[in-house]
Amino acid sequence: MEGTPISDIFYNRFMTEEILTGARCRNCGARWVPPRPVCIACYSSNLEWIEVNGRGRLAAFTCIFIPPPSMAAQGYDRENPYCVGIVELDDGGRVDARIEGVDATNPESIKIGMPMKVKFLHRTVDEKVESYLAFEPA
Amino acid sequence: MKRRRKLGRGVAIVGAGMSKFGMFKEKDSKDLFAEAFCEMRSSVERGLDPREIDALYLGNFSNDFFTHQAHWASIIADLTGLVPKPATRTEGVCASSALAFREGVIAIASGLYDMVLVGGLEEMSKRSSEEVTEGLAMANTPYAGRVGFTLPGVFGAMATAYFARHGANREHLMNVTIKSHNNASLNPKAQLTLTIRDMMSAKSESMKKEGFTAPDWVTEKDFLRDLTVNPIVAWPMHLFDCCPISDGASAMLLVAEEMAGEFTDDPIYVAGIGQGSGRSFHRSRDLTSFEATMHAAKEAYSMSGLAPEDVQFCEVHDCFSIAEIVHVEDLGFFKPGEGYKAIADGATRLDGPKPVNTSGGLKCKGHPVGATGVSQLYEVWTQLRGKAGERQIPEGDLRVGGAHNLGAAGGTSTFIILERR
Repeated sequence: MEGTPISDIFYNRFMTEEILTGARCRNCGARWVPPRPVCIACYSSNLEWIEVNGRGRLAAFTCIFIPPPSMAAQGYDRENPYCVGIVELDDGGRVDARIEGVDATNPESIKIGMPMKVKFLHRTVDEKVESYLAFEPA
Repeated sequence: MKRRRKLGRGVAIVGAGMSKFGMFKEKDSKDLFAEAFCEMRSSVERGLDPREIDALYLGNFSNDFFTHQAHWASIIADLTGLVPKPATRTEGVCASSALAFREGVIAIASGLYDMVLVGGLEEMSKRSSEEVTEGLAMANTPYAGRVGFTLPGVFGAMATAYFARHGANREHLMNVTIKSHNNASLNPKAQLTLTIRDMMSAKSESMKKEGFTAPDWVTEKDFLRDLTVNPIVAWPMHLFDCCPISDGASAMLLVAEEMAGEFTDDPIYVAGIGQGSGRSFHRSRDLTSFEATMHAAKEAYSMSGLAPEDVQFCEVHDCFSIAEIVHVEDLGFFKPGEGYKAIADGATRLDGPKPVNTSGGLKCKGHPVGATGVSQLYEVWTQLRGKAGERQIPEGDLRVGGAHNLGAAGGTSTFIILERR
């Protein structure tokens, strides 16, 4: 991680290695998940990558029955919806993530506050692996 | 560092117009703006020579994507004969034309111009609903878009957080939907003009005609609970929780306060303008509130010297039913967690103590995103002048109304307070 620029591009790339990352400000110690290139607590740009504990709780979710074309191309539709949500991490901060291991066709079975653990989804797009942040019930 | 912000000089609205909102196969953005512009012009009682207009500010989110045509401010300047006067496009997703209004106010308040045309337009319906979903999802933050959040999805997620915190449920969202349909049925400019009751009878009749057993709906909520007529879009947002795909345009004439009498005996004044920005939904301070709206409201209240209780009625950005509940709390009309109860008690109905979305709101009036902000101000202007016809608020002495416009999932928000003196 040392020497890698702090950016969304590399945040997503570390997911291919199945690492959930954030950034810590070397100047004031503030911690940012997802990472950011400038610390907005002290405005230092001297930040370092950190690995983030992938455990948390479901803070908000939705099950999408009308997908955008990019998700429809992956086979999602009214009969096969997917769940996305916001996970509040145990060590602080929240992230957007796909929610796996739940029944998206039965949203009432999914509960706010459910303990979650990180997992990563990998998909080959134009011969390149793209990775996506996901969580599943812990 | 606390500075009190005031307009350098006052600004008045002396004319306003909007096209009918809807899905129009045979009208394009120019036709729709022409409709709004002509109504605006004819609303100026003492006449308007458009050649005297100093500048145009035009809100448009993404006709670039929807119609494959960009650079709309200059196209509209040409359409309305304003060339070579300056024309500027503003973009704040669904709040694009509230930004145009605000820029117009600032331009006059600064002394730069005396007379400014503001408005907005969007032409969405010639794209499929999947494409429109994609076009709007472009306004999500990169993190949300990447994992497959749509805009209805973000508001759906907000609803699950609100339900869990405050004990509300889907039935409370239905109160918003039923009211929107009732109000829009009284608005000739609205896209969806049937009440839920109207739709229930029409649907029952057509089923009987086709030889099916008529559904056993008794109440409007029975109808809204029926997934065959109200399917899920993004849980818990169902079809009737979502605004439609729309085409439309809006226009408004702003002048320096001291000139208002040259145009009309009944000018409406800008009492306060506020604008805020917000973070990605996952980083919101609170998943059941929009920080951008709270800031916009604070600015507008501070500038006007008014408080939430002084705003007699309000248009709020009900792109999804849950949004109306969150906004009436963020604007200070009801305490956090109390909005859904007040709505259930009828507080926001046309004949209630705090009418909200008398136009039918985005939900039923329609939501051509770039046109919406100024069309909300058009409704406030119309109500304040007592010219809203069947949907006129019965409360006799209307003096102060508000309009709240939100961009995407709260990245941009505006609150504008108008008054009749």
